[in-house]
Amino acid sequence: MKKSFKLDEIDCVNCARELQDALSELEGVKSVSVNFMTQKLTLEADDAEFDDVLDRVVAYTADAEPDCEIIR
Amino acid sequence: MTGAVSDPKKKKKKRKKKESLDHKVKRVGVALGIFFVVMLLDELGVFDSLFGGMSLYVEFVLYLAPWWVAGHDVLLKAVNNIRHGKVFDENFLMCVATIGAFGMVFFPDTDPHMAEGAAVMLFYQVGEIFQAYAVGKSRKSITAMMDIAPDYANIEGADGELVQVDPDEVSVGDIIVVKPGERVPIDGVVTEGESQLDTAALTGESVPRHVEAGSQIISGCINMTGLLRVKTTKPFGESTVSRILELVENASEKKARTENFITRFARVYTPAVCYAALALAVLPSLVGLGAWSDWILRGLTFLVVSCPCALVISVPLSFFGGIGGASKLGILVKGSNYLEALASVDTVVFDKTGTLTNGTFNVVAIHPEEGFDPDYVLSFAAHAEAYSDHPIALSVKAAYTGKIDETRLAEVKEESGHGVSAKVDEHVVLVGNDKLMRAHHEEFHNCELTGTILHVAIDDRYVGHIVIADVVKDDAAEAIRALHDAGVKKTVMLTGDRKEVADAVAAELGVTEVHAQLLPADKVEQVERLLKEEPEHGKLAFVGDGINDAPVLTRADVGIAMGAMGSDAAIEAADIVLMDDKPSNIARAMHVARKTMRIVWQNIIFALGVKLLILVLAALGIANMWLAVFGDVGVAVIAILNAMRAMNVGELMDRSSR
Repeated sequence: MKKSFKLDEIDCVNCARELQDALSELEGVKSVSVNFMTQKLTLEADDAEFDDVLDRVVAYTADAEPDCEIIR
Repeated sequence: MTGAVSDPKKKKKKRKKKESLDHKVKRVGVALGIFFVVMLLDELGVFDSLFGGMSLYVEFVLYLAPWWVAGHDVLLKAVNNIRHGKVFDENFLMCVATIGAFGMVFFPDTDPHMAEGAAVMLFYQVGEIFQAYAVGKSRKSITAMMDIAPDYANIEGADGELVQVDPDEVSVGDIIVVKPGERVPIDGVVTEGESQLDTAALTGESVPRHVEAGSQIISGCINMTGLLRVKTTKPFGESTVSRILELVENASEKKARTENFITRFARVYTPAVCYAALALAVLPSLVGLGAWSDWILRGLTFLVVSCPCALVISVPLSFFGGIGGASKLGILVKGSNYLEALASVDTVVFDKTGTLTNGTFNVVAIHPEEGFDPDYVLSFAAHAEAYSDHPIALSVKAAYTGKIDETRLAEVKEESGHGVSAKVDEHVVLVGNDKLMRAHHEEFHNCELTGTILHVAIDDRYVGHIVIADVVKDDAAEAIRALHDAGVKKTVMLTGDRKEVADAVAAELGVTEVHAQLLPADKVEQVERLLKEEPEHGKLAFVGDGINDAPVLTRADVGIAMGAMGSDAAIEAADIVLMDDKPSNIARAMHVARKTMRIVWQNIIFALGVKLLILVLAALGIANMWLAVFGDVGVAVIAILNAMRAMNVGELMDRSSR
């Protein structure tokens, strides 16, 4: 399953790239993209564990980029 | 997501809500106020007279207050980022620079630099606010420009009431209602109603399109005049508007070479400047070149300009602006890299049919025999062809402006591959090629024009012929000229057509090279050959109509598909998609690409130039921290404003509607 979420907000291109690199290392993440221009996070993971993976992604983001919230 | 999923999140510790920009503006404003009061009192010597020898430490505390109010979040971010292994981040550097400036208080022999320390933090924050505002605003205006996706579809309920639903929930075959003023949410076929559609958001074309029952309509268009009932033919996710949005949004992920260069550069630049700062602060004093305080201050100034943000933000923003601007003209660019490549295209190869010509047949000339009227010839031909659906017949009927009266017709016979024979008003009419004429032993003569020749004989008498050809598009010649004006050296036309036809079209349009009678495989070969002939920095663009030319589209440096509205295959294979079928849009796309690249390079040179200059001046002890702060945030704001120009395509719009 692939789903997009709005970000509020990632405020630099560099941070978006670094966040994307870090998130793609997380367990269960098939692919992830953090788009600065459109302020969107697109996550791909297996249907069965999608919500768990999403939780991990949200938790990591909250920790690494406290200013950036994933709206779901 | 549904409530069930968000529940576990609520149990977790509540995260502090992000500070809004407004709040930050107020906070930094208060800090600025405190700062100026303290500075004023300082300048007036109030502290010296009140506290005497202790005044330095009182000032220290008083300047620290605005620093803390404005910059405590920077400090916290710096700590958080170090925890995640990001040492050379701008927050950290700004903290080191300002705390360092305050630290100068421990060198009692120099002037105190507390004011500078506080000021650098304050102006850094002011700059950050400007930057956030400018980036946010430009990002929003670009995305708003591309915001052609409607958020609802109207479904007629059981009682005839219209219900607004999520377009995602509409399934294929459902009937949706599109009211005047609304956007068509999903691709479909009109079942009821008549209206004008504004397709400008999709194609850049300003002339509205008339639709009625049976017409295919494409999502993203605005319904202008009448109520339409539409039977959907695709789910929302696969409708034109969703596909276009996805394409443009993902475009910023395909990075241009320039962007990658900046990213790599940024990775090296910051650590390099930091080590240089450290060296500058320590080494000269160690070898006895001057006071510690002086060199440390120069090192701190270095740190202030060590962030490459101006580049890191403005370069992708310029590309995104260029892509957004192009989409406003009905030109979809699938990635920054293609925009970059398009800017250096010097050879444009056209597949003739569908790009330079309409790809449909039209009557281009009527040559009657002596004593006959052209309309007379056309009228009989159109009547004889009345029942035929052959493209040739359709073009004859389209050219005939009168009404076809079928009661005048009798004994219509298709003579397969040759033409038709019919009785019109008791006259025996033969319409067809030379084989038909020979079969009926009619005299005829050939035409000097190239195209399909349709001979007409009435009652055993040859009355003339009609010339039918694929018509060159109105703006094709202008398009070729505009490309040459834009610096394209070679325009090449490839076609499967006969040589005479190809040469005639080539001469009319002024293309530099033409190759005729090519099979699809030959076209790939020709493009390969042209690619080999390309000079090192030149790029080759191939323009096709998206039908049967996917291999060539992918092989060329830049594959351009045109007239691609609704054609999935073309959108898939091409790098740049022209939504309407005007070849003049290619030159327009090149203008956008060149302008974007100009802006990108302006920003790179300007930002780097100013930073290097400040670095040199700082090393020599001429630049102070105030100048360095300008070099950091001032340059970033100017570069962002410059980047916004990339999306401005107004002057090209005017040209297209003229």
